[in-house]
Amino acid sequence: MAVIPQTEFQRRRARRKWMGRAFHAMCLLSVCIALGMLAVLLAYLLIQGITGISWSFLTGFASRHPEQAGIKAAILGSIYVVVVAGLVSFTLGVATAVYLEEYAARSKFAKIAKINIANLAGVPSIVYGILGLQIFVHSLHLGKSVLAGGFTLALLVLPIVIVAAGEAVRAVPPSFREGSYALGATRWQVIWHIVFPLAFPGILTGVILAVSRAIGETAPLIAMGALTFVPFSPDSPLSRFTVLPIQIFNWTSRPQEGFQEAAAAGIIVLLVILLMMNAGAVILRNRFQNKWD
Amino acid sequence: MARNVVSPPLGQGTRNAWKRKFLERGIATLLFLSSFLSILITIGIVAVLLFEAITFFADVSFWEFITGTRWTPLFSSKQFGVLALVAGTTLTAVMAMVVALPLGLMSAIYLSEYSPDKVRRVVKPVLEVLAGIPTVVYGYFALLFVTPILRSISGDIAVFNALSASIVMGIMILPMVSSLSEDAMRSVPRTLREGAYALGSTKLEVSTLVVVPAALSGIVSAFILAVSRAIGETMIVTIAAGQNPSFTLNPFVPIETMTAYIVQVSQGDAPAGSIEFKTIFAVALLLFAITLVMNLLSQYVVSRFREEYE
Repeated sequence: MAVIPQTEFQRRRARRKWMGRAFHAMCLLSVCIALGMLAVLLAYLLIQGITGISWSFLTGFASRHPEQAGIKAAILGSIYVVVVAGLVSFTLGVATAVYLEEYAARSKFAKIAKINIANLAGVPSIVYGILGLQIFVHSLHLGKSVLAGGFTLALLVLPIVIVAAGEAVRAVPPSFREGSYALGATRWQVIWHIVFPLAFPGILTGVILAVSRAIGETAPLIAMGALTFVPFSPDSPLSRFTVLPIQIFNWTSRPQEGFQEAAAAGIIVLLVILLMMNAGAVILRNRFQNKWD
Repeated sequence: MARNVVSPPLGQGTRNAWKRKFLERGIATLLFLSSFLSILITIGIVAVLLFEAITFFADVSFWEFITGTRWTPLFSSKQFGVLALVAGTTLTAVMAMVVALPLGLMSAIYLSEYSPDKVRRVVKPVLEVLAGIPTVVYGYFALLFVTPILRSISGDIAVFNALSASIVMGIMILPMVSSLSEDAMRSVPRTLREGAYALGSTKLEVSTLVVVPAALSGIVSAFILAVSRAIGETMIVTIAAGQNPSFTLNPFVPIETMTAYIVQVSQGDAPAGSIEFKTIFAVALLLFAITLVMNLLSQYVVSRFREEYE
């Protein structure tokens, strides 16, 4: 075996140590670049948009004049659509997760369904918009309405709810179920009285994640045919609508600087809504967790 | 006390049992139908896209569609070469990965191997905020912040260009790469690292020669998912990259991606049944097929090449 002379060993060791330090610095730099971009993004939006936020901006309707433009219709549209999407995806998502985990666990059907759900999560959102256009708007004659938009987004976020609810249901210890079965409970009684209450915080977190994804979606609703200029409040599930991200998109693509400022102000409102929802998720989760610990 | 534990008369007991059994069956059926719906969604997507795409290919030859390099369905002289859109999508996705891969992987190595636990617990969720920001916000940022900076560096860059959109898209998918890669690296057992340290390795050598290879299946699958995400991304490229389908790999000029084209047609009012309307189904079908293959590939990589320790 070749023996490396002492001086050569020291030289190599010094080089390896130096390379290690350089690599450490590069990795740290990568993280700093990513965090720095986030900081720049938020700072830029704040500087551009903060002056545009006023009471009349929040309560006014869309306008051809940037200084009069408001986001009332967009905020209402976003809320209605997201409420529909949240309710539908919650119901379907929890039902699906419970079936796959409690009834059909380890069956071939569950295996196929889970692969399918993983793939659905990777389908580009705009494809869901086309699906919504053909199924809800044309085939079911819902029109380009709040309901059609809500259903479209519900399908889009369904995989998120199913995966989160599935994890929450799986996390309930089997001994709890077995104890309940031993007392003579039926399968549904076990699910309703034992599994649901324990899995609820996890399910809730999943639904809030799903809803915050839905509230930021633009492309599927454009493909489905949501409006870009709405000078009225949507007043029924079948009324036409716009949402906040579409309003922002519309203003961003206009050349006048006033509209771009309005877009930045709209973005701040959107991000504040998202922030509040995520904070709400954390608070709710903590509260329920304490109760069951 | 004794009264309460007396069981109900037998007749009522069996009636309750019947009712309960009926309820149980009904609920099981409802739950099954709901989970079947998730499969119906996939079938629905394929059916809807295929149905219109087939009538599209009755008018336009499939060969022209898949090999042509000029895409002008909205002009009077219509040409249907989808490669012009595919080039735009490829260009933006590849350049976004050039940003996201090195930064994401190095961030993952830092978080998994170098950072103190306290730092990791703060930095990871903050990084994931990047993934939660709506894409329309990134589009605004690309067009009105990044593009002017790029244009002040080089006058050759157009207002709408692939470069700006790609850089911002790279930042958007960075947390996806870093988060998933880091999860894979952290699941590499300690003993492997300790063995390498015991042989005198430095941290750099442990990270790059032991941890990354051991976690490679997870890292590769994260990359593939990120590429798939970049291909399907819509709003950033619609806002910042232009609406000018061109068969080019020049990042300084306006281009159009498949997703941006679908938005462009949706925003106009192409009447249902017209050839312009049908093009979006053909394009969406291609988009769906590409992302499906990548997602399946990512799952395959994880299941086939995962190294099981312990």
